[in-house]
Amino acid sequence: MAELEVFRHDVRSWLSENCPKSMREPVKGFEDFYSGGRDPEIVNPDQKVWCDRMAKRGWTVPHWPEKYGGGGLSSEEVNVLQQEMHAIGARRPLDSFGISMLGPAMLEFATEEQKLEHLPPICRGEIRWCQGYSEPNAGSDLASLQTKAEDNGDHFLINGQKIWTSYADQCDWIFCLVRTDSSGTKHEGISFVLFDMHQPGVTVRPIKLISGSSPFCETYFDNARAEKRNLVGETGKGWTIAKYLLTYERAMISGFGTVQGKSLGDSAISAFGKDHSGRISNGILRQTIAQYQLDAMAFSATMSRVGEEVTAGQGLGAASSIFKYYGTELNKRRNELNLAVGGESALGWEGQAYNEGIVARDWLRSKGNSIEGGTSEVQLNIVAKRVLGLPSE
Amino acid sequence: MTLVLNEEQVMLRDAASGFLSEKATLSHLRAMRDSDGDLPYSTDVWLEMVEMGWAGIAIDEVHGGLGYGFKGLGILLEQTGRHLSASPLHSAISISATLIDKLGSEAQKAEMLNKISGGSFLATLGLQESEVHKPASICTKAEKTPGGFCLTGSKVMVMDLHACTQIIVIARTSGNSEDCSGLTAFMVSNEADGISTERTPMVDSRNYGRIKLLNVEVQDSAVLGEVDTAWDGLSATLDIANIGLAAELLGLSEEAFQRTVKYLQERKQFGNFIGSFQGLQHRAAEIFAELELCRSLVLKALHAIDQGSDELPLLASATKAKLCEVAQRATNEAIQMHGGIGMTDDYEIGFFIKRARVLQHIFGDYNYHLDRYALLSGF
Repeated sequence: MAELEVFRHDVRSWLSENCPKSMREPVKGFEDFYSGGRDPEIVNPDQKVWCDRMAKRGWTVPHWPEKYGGGGLSSEEVNVLQQEMHAIGARRPLDSFGISMLGPAMLEFATEEQKLEHLPPICRGEIRWCQGYSEPNAGSDLASLQTKAEDNGDHFLINGQKIWTSYADQCDWIFCLVRTDSSGTKHEGISFVLFDMHQPGVTVRPIKLISGSSPFCETYFDNARAEKRNLVGETGKGWTIAKYLLTYERAMISGFGTVQGKSLGDSAISAFGKDHSGRISNGILRQTIAQYQLDAMAFSATMSRVGEEVTAGQGLGAASSIFKYYGTELNKRRNELNLAVGGESALGWEGQAYNEGIVARDWLRSKGNSIEGGTSEVQLNIVAKRVLGLPSE
Repeated sequence: MTLVLNEEQVMLRDAASGFLSEKATLSHLRAMRDSDGDLPYSTDVWLEMVEMGWAGIAIDEVHGGLGYGFKGLGILLEQTGRHLSASPLHSAISISATLIDKLGSEAQKAEMLNKISGGSFLATLGLQESEVHKPASICTKAEKTPGGFCLTGSKVMVMDLHACTQIIVIARTSGNSEDCSGLTAFMVSNEADGISTERTPMVDSRNYGRIKLLNVEVQDSAVLGEVDTAWDGLSATLDIANIGLAAELLGLSEEAFQRTVKYLQERKQFGNFIGSFQGLQHRAAEIFAELELCRSLVLKALHAIDQGSDELPLLASATKAKLCEVAQRATNEAIQMHGGIGMTDDYEIGFFIKRARVLQHIFGDYNYHLDRYALLSGF
């Protein structure tokens, strides 16, 4: 315990000296998250300063081993670091798919050489990764993907198309599911390869969403080249890795359900008024808000419970299988309530009065949460078959 | 660790489940229902529960209990829900012992809690006066007399009335109906002059009772704690009692759900197991998700009781509201997914929906508690 307190003291004084003032201000929108890369999008130079300083200590990914660029911290130490960052309002220095998805999969499945080559640049925010999973005809049915990888000696030649590739236009490398063999069942013959996006055979076209933003792209491969040393796992055995990585993607997306803004109850009282007992004067809206808030509280208690079960050595319980489904549905409910409570002000699309339409745009973007990373319907299929043991037709 | 059971608690759960699956099952409940007896549960089985320390599980050791806390009691109640076991664990333990602990003088606590722990004394709460839960709406009057009080009024839905020797009657000593102040708790013998009781079997095959009090004379010493100030202790007791009811609803709903899933795996129609149909799979998966949320809330609320948390009123209403909502859905779906056989009395699934609705009703249903939860949240 005493050691942990010494660590806390060190962390606190280091943070107070090294965390730039502007990096202690609340994040206002997506552009305030820093994702690094060769040519990073920077809205404030302090973002890079903060990331570089944290990376030097391995604290952009504090729980990864030091030899891969992480901080090598124990889970108690990671908690202390997070608490101290929270105390001064410090932003996360780096958010990327490399950290949240590729890293965990590589730690599990990659060779030592591959880890040493690819993980440190992720921690330093030097290489930004995108995810090559979905295809136009392989969405929920991901395993029927057709992007082909042809054996060409020391490398593969990649041909095909991916879609919904998040931030492909800003990324440097891709972790990509490709078909190396089409003779067996659809789950066989899939391989997991890494390659550079900055090459002649790769074309990227952003897709404009109903929210007006373009976080996703169509990505075309025309004889793109992937070195064989960048094949993770065995040839044709990529599906296992793909699924493992998906659990991390779903964990990331389900976290959206726990976002807490201003209390909906308070906002509704300012918009609708209250009766003499303090109840929101529209009883129907009040019930919907109460039910949402109750479910959000129960969901967050369930995330804590699963965390405690893992800490207690009971493994990741069946409850975790509901996170993606429930978290994203909750997030959609919250966004619908934002519209109901905000009324006219929530429907604005442009202009300062409407904060450039942030409420409406977030609402529209939230519709994708229950589609990306496995639709709600796919999640329910998984619960029915794997957890409840219900039979297949 | 607040939301996982420790080794000791897991052992308690398994032991309780083993005991109840042998001694207090749904078949026992059915037999009791069909025998038309007065008692709401088997006295012999209750004495065995007392032997195992269940009566005093949440009572502190100074008063002869085990001091396991309410998490321990919650674990037992969840198991009684799973097996639909009848016992006075709510009426006498979760409710009356708690109320005595909250309101009683040191002497009253020393006397009664020790007896409750030892199984030689059972009391039940007389609170409700109308169709629905309105805890401050008390018209039963207690008028001061020399050396005591005179009580007149009526009570309904008194749990296990015919098994208990004492009734804790909540009566108005001052103020108007709906006022929280001016309420007093009295220990009244069920054989006192002027008291008449009526057995009212309910849809869950347990016995409740109605009481009429007509000029019932009690002594000053019958006051539990102080005159006029029962509200805070009563309110805190209701929070705890509702979490206990929610714990039983959790066990009951999970059991009804598991039986339903098993039926989906076995029943064939159109040449397929009905559990292979996506329409049913998704409904089942959604209930699974809701039940996982319920388990987290019940554990969080039980932990909050043992911690003496300030958030207890909010958590109690949140937990009861959620469990009412999900228990209703799970038991309705249980009947629907069982089809015709679910409608027959011979088949057991119907017992779950019946018990659920009574537990939902007692001390406030979904509507009451979602409203209270919103009020406590500031809207």
